[in-house]
Amino acid sequence: MDMVQTDNLIFEYEKRDEEGNVTGTYRAIDGVNINAREGQFIAILGHNGSGKSTLAKHMNAILVPTGGTMWVSGWNTKEPEHLWDVRQSAGMVFQNPDNQIIGTVVEEDVGFGPENLGVPTDEIWTRVEESLKAVGMLEYRHHSPNKLSGGQKQRVAIAGVVAMEPKCIVLDEPTAMLDPVGRKEVLKTVQKLRKEKHVTVILITHYMEEVIDADQIYVMDHGHVVMQGTPKKIFSQVDKLKEYRLDVPQVTLLADTLRKQGVDIPEGILRKEELVEALCRLN
Amino acid sequence: MSIKLEHLNYVYSAGTAYEKQALKDVCLEIPHGEFVGIIGHTGSGKSTLIQHLNGLVKATSGALYYDGKNIYEPGYNMRELRNQVGLVFQYPEHQLFEVDVMSDVCFGPKNQGLNPDQCMECALEALKLVGLKEKYYNSSPFELSGGQKRRVAIAGVLAMHPKVLVLDEPTAGLDPKGRDDILDQIAYLHTQRDMTVILVSHSMEDIARYADRIIVMNKGEVMYNDCPRKVFEHYRELEQVGLAAPQVTYIMHDLKEQGFAVEPNVTTVEEAAAQIKKALEKRK
Repeated sequence: MDMVQTDNLIFEYEKRDEEGNVTGTYRAIDGVNINAREGQFIAILGHNGSGKSTLAKHMNAILVPTGGTMWVSGWNTKEPEHLWDVRQSAGMVFQNPDNQIIGTVVEEDVGFGPENLGVPTDEIWTRVEESLKAVGMLEYRHHSPNKLSGGQKQRVAIAGVVAMEPKCIVLDEPTAMLDPVGRKEVLKTVQKLRKEKHVTVILITHYMEEVIDADQIYVMDHGHVVMQGTPKKIFSQVDKLKEYRLDVPQVTLLADTLRKQGVDIPEGILRKEELVEALCRLN
Repeated sequence: MSIKLEHLNYVYSAGTAYEKQALKDVCLEIPHGEFVGIIGHTGSGKSTLIQHLNGLVKATSGALYYDGKNIYEPGYNMRELRNQVGLVFQYPEHQLFEVDVMSDVCFGPKNQGLNPDQCMECALEALKLVGLKEKYYNSSPFELSGGQKRRVAIAGVLAMHPKVLVLDEPTAGLDPKGRDDILDQIAYLHTQRDMTVILVSHSMEDIARYADRIIVMNKGEVMYNDCPRKVFEHYRELEQVGLAAPQVTYIMHDLKEQGFAVEPNVTTVEEAAAQIKKALEKRK
């Protein structure tokens, strides 16, 4: 079985009026089938309200499906007796680092997760040290998280997840509040974890440039998966993506603009090196 | 309605162990009707700077002139300043509180002392300007999507008819279409209402596309203050302070290195495409 796998996943909210009576239901996720194999980098794109975050919250059983099934590392998230197995398998990182950091000292914050799992004290310290090293924040271990930059805080939040040794990390718009260098730091850290610790990465984002290295991209709209494929395949459909309120990386847009004006370059260019190379062949 | 900052300094928690100088000798002039972009890494002083513009934070030293008058003079009418300089905070949708969209947008004009009919008029106009569909006017603001909520919040400021609109990362967390819609709307207001716009953003691509001028903040100081083209020429220095240039600027530099006859200091996709076409045609 794959690391994350769903079978016709459905999630319905109940709509209530002011007195709390149910007035109807809203299907936030409607028959979604996705899967992520161990060590893969999976990206989920979609406009605000498309169901991405609701889907992400199923991956560590913050929400459980109202229809269909979700398995995380082989555990069915609907079975209450496996709740902690699920939560230990998939760690979540959210958008706002200030909402996820609770410790007054960086190392305490990172140790909070393993402590709650009942990990022996000696091992907690080993894990704290290792995870801070993995995200490049070891030298800040005795600092107060308040004084860190946005990118640094987000890396501490990731270290907190890594210390719980999950097999899978789900990141829900982890870079939305960061400056360009902070964004780069976080993404580099995530890729490093994938290579060194073979964790599966599921990234939700509105920045198209961040997903060009994904193994697979899923595009969501109104609770459905409407596009699925490699970055090259997805980003060669510029107009279709725009219909779903999305975009392409700026280099892809430039290549597409040039192609529409009759310049002979291939579809699906994702990196600046590819565009420069294609243009050099013409020059 | 120009804004002028003279040797502005701001120190947090002066005299304590946490003392920190958030703004250092900032001198700036923003003439009426300009579209100004402010960029800087997290903690560079951007938000502190814009909170000075309507007197929310008072400088430790220095002067701030709005329309020629020093706002720190005793007896200066702060209330009037806040009517004229509208500030949209980060994640403004967190500040929505009324039972329906219309009442929320009416809140500002109501506090300006307008009667209910006038409030309604201002609110309707503002909601139309931000492009929110009429069917949502009586909905609870909490039932709306992220992009719609943000529009309501911006409408709440626009309803007060500010002459200067200051926005702190108005598009953070919005999907690409929502981002473009809001920025296009702001650009439209800028020209239609002859409003000065001051936009803080982490997206170099957005700033390059809309701003006439860019102010780069670093460690509380103004590092650059120039047109986008000139500012992004310093892309290597910008990287040193947590920033970057738009992706197209890097592409053009690479092309130039490969012997293309292009001007590398372009900042938008349209300019880049035009340059590349010209270079390719010359070769024929």
